[in-house]
Amino acid sequence: MAFTVTTDKSGVVVVAVDGQLIVGNRQDLKQKVLDALEKGGRKFVIDFTRTGYIDSSGLGVLVSLSKKIRELGGDLRLAGLNEDLQTLFELTKLDTLFSITRTPAEALAAF
Amino acid sequence: MTSPLRVGVRRPDGPEPDIELWLHVPSRLDLVGEAVDLLTAQTERERRTALSARQLRFHFRTALAEALANAMTYGNRLDPEKDVEVRIHVGLRHVRVEVTDAGDGFDPHALADPTAPENVEREQGRGLFVIRHLADEVTFNAKGNRLCLVFRAH
Repeated sequence: MAFTVTTDKSGVVVVAVDGQLIVGNRQDLKQKVLDALEKGGRKFVIDFTRTGYIDSSGLGVLVSLSKKIRELGGDLRLAGLNEDLQTLFELTKLDTLFSITRTPAEALAAF
Repeated sequence: MTSPLRVGVRRPDGPEPDIELWLHVPSRLDLVGEAVDLLTAQTERERRTALSARQLRFHFRTALAEALANAMTYGNRLDPEKDVEVRIHVGLRHVRVEVTDAGDGFDPHALADPTAPENVEREQGRGLFVIRHLADEVTFNAKGNRLCLVFRAH
């Protein structure tokens, strides 16, 4: 399974991306986050520790989810980007749009 | 469902010829990941020295996924009856990738800068920008329906 959703004891929804986040599976991620929003989740961490690569449509989905979550008064954080993925976020200036932490634990601690 | 994807390989004789790989991919976005995985694995298998592991894993893979998705979406309008053709020439010091769609082409210069403040929150419009930063050379044919990417060994 590419996306694993868990909720920690304080209600933060953590979505782990296993493999890639690209044009062929981005809608699955979007739907999983929208479902969690529907159920009342407002704090989200997307964990990229086990992610190989992300394409621009994957980035696009993160942008749209981030907007949606903010509109509902929530917060989305990204964690676990490897050096290559970090480069991709810097290249596209999306590092300025997202709150990015080194590990999911740091993201959880920052809420 | 069995996959429609089969990578073709030609290994000409001679001391340093380019090895040629090709793959026809129906314009279905759910096939992009598999096509990229197949072509990356085959490129790596054919000639390990051409690109570094990082170039293959990140630059090559990401740019190829972008190029395929663009060709399917904008070139072939997601018509699953239309294929995108990928040809890869694997040399000793470089890898050249050609991605051709069946569309009418477009003007690659007419695209907005996705990192401009007014565009950074847009959901779309980053594909070609990302490709240009990941490949060492990016060119289009005159019609605009064939993208050629070159990755060089550093």
